[in-house]
Amino acid sequence: MSLDMNANSYVTEDGRTIGPVVMDLKNITLRFGGVVAIKDISFNIREGEIRAIIGPNGAGKSSMLNVISGFYKPQEGEVWFRGAKRPPMRPYQVAQQGLARTFQNIALFDGMTVLDNIMTGRLNHMKTNLLQQAMWWGKAEKEELANREVCEKVIDFLEIQHIRKTPVGRLPYGLKKRVELARALAAEPSLLLLDEPMAGMNVEEKEDMSRFILDMNDEFGTTIALIEHDMGVVMDLSDRVVVMDYGKKIGDGTPDEVRNNQDVIDAYLGVSHD
Amino acid sequence: MGQDLAKAGAFASIPALLDRNVKEFGNRPAYREKEFGIWQSWTWAQAAEEIQNLALGLLALGIERGDHVAIIGRNRPAHYWGMVAAQKVGAVPVPLYQDAVAEEMEYVLENCGARFVICGDQEQVDKVIEVQEKIHHIEHVIYFDKRGLRKYDHSHLHWYHDIQEEGRVAHARFEDEMAKREAELTYDSKCVMLYTSGTTGRPKGVVLSNRNIIESAKNSSEFDNLGGNEDILAYLPMAWVGDFIFSLGQAMWTGFCVNCPESADTLMSDLREIGPTYYFAPPRVFETQLTNVMIRMEDSGDLKYALFHHFMDFAKAGAGEKYGMPKRKVTTQKRTFEQKMRHGFRYAMGVGFAAEALVENAIRLGVAKLRYGKDVRKHFKAKDPMGLKLYNGSLQEYFKYRCGDVLVYGPLKDTLGFGRIRVGYTAGEAIGPEIFEFYRSMGINLKQLYGQTEATVFITVQPDGEVRNDTVGVPAPGVEIKLADNGEIFYRSPGTFVEYYNNPESTADTKDPEGWVATGDAGFFDKKNGHLRIIDRAKDVGKMADGKMFAPKYVENKLKFYPDILEAVVFGNDRDMCTAFINIDLTAVGNWAERNNVAYASYQELAGHPDVVSTIQEHVETVNKSVAEDEMLSGCQIHRFLILHKELDADDGEMTRTRKVRRKVVEEKYAPLIDAFYSGKSEQYIETEVTYEDGRKGSINATLEIRDAAVVGNGNTQGMAAE
Repeated sequence: MSLDMNANSYVTEDGRTIGPVVMDLKNITLRFGGVVAIKDISFNIREGEIRAIIGPNGAGKSSMLNVISGFYKPQEGEVWFRGAKRPPMRPYQVAQQGLARTFQNIALFDGMTVLDNIMTGRLNHMKTNLLQQAMWWGKAEKEELANREVCEKVIDFLEIQHIRKTPVGRLPYGLKKRVELARALAAEPSLLLLDEPMAGMNVEEKEDMSRFILDMNDEFGTTIALIEHDMGVVMDLSDRVVVMDYGKKIGDGTPDEVRNNQDVIDAYLGVSHD
Repeated sequence: MGQDLAKAGAFASIPALLDRNVKEFGNRPAYREKEFGIWQSWTWAQAAEEIQNLALGLLALGIERGDHVAIIGRNRPAHYWGMVAAQKVGAVPVPLYQDAVAEEMEYVLENCGARFVICGDQEQVDKVIEVQEKIHHIEHVIYFDKRGLRKYDHSHLHWYHDIQEEGRVAHARFEDEMAKREAELTYDSKCVMLYTSGTTGRPKGVVLSNRNIIESAKNSSEFDNLGGNEDILAYLPMAWVGDFIFSLGQAMWTGFCVNCPESADTLMSDLREIGPTYYFAPPRVFETQLTNVMIRMEDSGDLKYALFHHFMDFAKAGAGEKYGMPKRKVTTQKRTFEQKMRHGFRYAMGVGFAAEALVENAIRLGVAKLRYGKDVRKHFKAKDPMGLKLYNGSLQEYFKYRCGDVLVYGPLKDTLGFGRIRVGYTAGEAIGPEIFEFYRSMGINLKQLYGQTEATVFITVQPDGEVRNDTVGVPAPGVEIKLADNGEIFYRSPGTFVEYYNNPESTADTKDPEGWVATGDAGFFDKKNGHLRIIDRAKDVGKMADGKMFAPKYVENKLKFYPDILEAVVFGNDRDMCTAFINIDLTAVGNWAERNNVAYASYQELAGHPDVVSTIQEHVETVNKSVAEDEMLSGCQIHRFLILHKELDADDGEMTRTRKVRRKVVEEKYAPLIDAFYSGKSEQYIETEVTYEDGRKGSINATLEIRDAAVVGNGNTQGMAAE
C-alpha cells in the first residue's frame, strides 16, 4: 500500500475518506518520580481513522491514552488538538472538547440502569441546571427528550434494547463493556478512546465488538484510537498502528508495515539482551 | 364487527380490504412497532400511504404481473407492507424464513424465480448476495435497515425509503397502472405463496388464493368474535401460514392492530407492554413460561408461596373454568350503570377478601414460623379468609375466585403479558395437561386448533366452553372432514390450497379432483362431543389381532406427560394385547428419591426400586382409564409393562439423534422381553450390549420384573385376573 500519509486527506482501499490530522502528540515524555513511563513519543491521529496503540504489558499504552484524555500531564512535550496547542486541562474540560473514552476496568454506575448510564454520557450536551431538571418543565423536558433520542439511537445501534431497563450490576461482563461503549458513543465524540475494548471476551463477543467499532467508524465517521492485545483484531480493524515498548515508540505505520518491522517482531517474540 | 361489514366477495383481495379499512377506520392504529424504546404507530390511512408509495416504487423498478417478491426479515410493519404492496401491483409475495442459511434460501429463491427481494437488514442482504452467485434471476434487492450497507454496490441494491421516495415522485406516471393492476385482482388470483417447512423432502411452495385467505380470515374471525379493537403481537416467523393469517388476513378483515416487537430478545417485555387480546404460541412457549413461573415461585417468600399454591389448587380444581373465562361476547356498547355497579361490587368484594386473606395468612404464618422455624414452608398451608364462610355454595366459590384473582391470577397474568388476553391458541404438537390446565385455570382462554399450510391454517378449532386438552376441536366453519378406513383425516374447505407451485404430481397426490386433501394424520371423532382427536401419523397406526385400532404414539404421549416417565415404547401391532417398555426420568425420580431418603447407585437400581415400579404402575393404570374412554382406542390399554434397566440411547441406535424412538430396533434388541410379555412370565433375564460415549462396548444384564396393569372394561381379562 503506497498511501501518501502526508497529504491532507486520502481515500482508503475500502472507500473511506481519511481526513487531516486532528490530534498531534509531539515529543511526549511522562515520568512518575524516577520511572519513565513514556519517553519522547510523537504520533498523530487523523480524522476518521481507526488508530491502534499496541505493545507488550507495561509498554505505556494506557498512560499514553491517559495523556490524550488529560488525566495525566506529561512533563515534556505538546498535545495539539485540531490545530491548536492544548493547554493543561482537567479531564472534564477535555471531554467538553469532544473526546470520550472507555476504561480497561469497567467504570459504570452499577446501581443505575443501562439507559441511565448511557444518559450520563450526554452530560456535556445538557444546558439546563439542576433546579430546572428537578422541576422537569419546559426547557428541561425538551432537552431530556432530545438527549433520550440520541441515547435510544445508540441503544439500537449497539443492539442492547433488551437490557435497557436492567441495572448494570446485574449484567455479564461482555454486555457491560458494550454499555460502556454506548455511554462513550452517546457523548457523540469526535475522538473516541477505547482502552482494551475486547479484553476478556470470547471469540463471538470479540466479533460483535469489532463489528460495532467498524460500523461506528463507518456510520458516524467517529475517529477511534484503541488499545488492544489481540493482534488479529488490531491488524484487521485499524488503519494505522503505533507500537510501543518500554515507553518508547518502536514502530508506526499501516498494519502490514508494522507486521514486517524487525523491532516489533523482537518486542513481541523476545530477543536476548546481552 | 365482521358481520356488519359487507359480505366476503365484495372485497376480492387484500388491497381491496385495505382500502375499505382506510375508509371505515382510517384513524385507528393499524400497526405498531417498538423502535428507539417507544411504540411507534401507524394508522390505517398512514399505512395505506406507505404501501402505495412502495407499490409505485416497485412499478418504477419494472415489476411485472405475477412476479414473485421474496420477503426475508423479522416481523416489522415495513415487511408486511412489502407484501401488500406486491399484491397491489399484481405480484405475489413469498415470505421466507429469516433464520434459514443461504443454501436453504437458495432452493426456495430458485424454485420461485423471484426477481425482487425485500430484506430486513445486512444479514439477509449478505445471504441474498451469496445466493446470487449461483442463481441469476434476482434483479433488485431492497433493504430496510441501512446499517452496515453503505459501502455495498448499490447498482441493484436499494434502500426501502428510497424506493418509496421514487414512488412518491413517480406518482403521476404510475398511478393509473397501479389502479389497473389492482382492479384486475380477483377472488381466485394468487394471494401469497408459502413454503412448507419441508420435514419430508424438499420444501414445496403452497399457492394460496385470495379466496383461501379472505374466507379463512373471515370464518375464523367470526368464530372467535374478533373485532377491530383486538391487539396482537406479531412474533412468529413471517413465512409461516399462521402469521400470514393472523397478522395480515385477520388484521385486514377485522381491522385490528398488529404490534411488532423491538427485537427477538425483548419479546417478553414487549408482550407485557402490549398485553395482546388475541395470542398464538406453540406449546413449547407456554411450557417455558410455566417452568419460569414455577422456578421463581420456589424462590419467593413463604407467604407468597403458600398463597400461590392455595389459590392455584383451587382454580385448577375447576373453579377457573367456571368463573375465570373471559366473556364470550364482546359488545361495543357502553356498559349500563347497573352493570358498572355490579362489576364494581364484585371487584370490591375481591379486594376486600384479598386484604383479609393477606392479613390472616400473614398472622398464621408468623405463628407457624415460631413453631417450625426455617422448615415453615413444608408445614404451612394458606387458608381462605374467614369472611368467606358467611357465604355458601357457589357464591362462596365465586368470591374465592375473585379473591384469588386479585391476589394471584391477575398479577401473574399481568407479569406474563396475558392480562388482557381473550382468545389464545396453541397448536403444532400435543400440549401437556398440566400446562394447559395451569393457563386455563388462571382465566386465560387458551384453546387448541389443528391445521396446516395447505388448509390455510384451520381444519379444526375448539369453540369457547368446549375446550379439552386431548382433542383439537370441531371442524372449523366451512370445513368438511372425512375419515378414511385407516383413520386418515381428509378435509375440504374454502381454505384448501390451489396447488403446489410447479409441482403438479405432488398436488395430485395430496388433493383429489373433488378437492379432498389428505393430511397424513390419523384421528377419530370423539363420540360424546364430536371433537376430533389426532392419534398419530397415519402410516404409524396399525391393527391389533382382533382388528381394533393400534395407535402407539397416542398412548406413549399420554404416558410421557408424567414427569416421572421419560420415554415409553408400546407394542401390540397384530397382537392380542398391548404392552409397554418404560424409561423413568432420572432427574424427576432421582429428586423424589433424594427427598424420601431412597439410596441408589445407578439408573438400573432406581428403576428396579419397588416403590418406583408401583408409582409407574399407578400412572399406567390412570392412562388405561383415559384410553378406555374412547371406544375405538380401548384396545390400546396397556396390560403388561416393565421398566427398562437402561435408558434408550442414540449411541446404541435405539433412538434417532433428535430423540425419537426407533421402534424396530428396540423390538429386535429386546425380543426376549417382548416374548416374556406374551408368554405370561413375571420376570425375565436380559443381557444388553451398550456403547459408551467413547465408542467402547460393554454389556449390562438384569432380571426385570414384569408387572400386570389393571385395564378397564372390554379389554382382555388377563390383567384383571392378575389383580
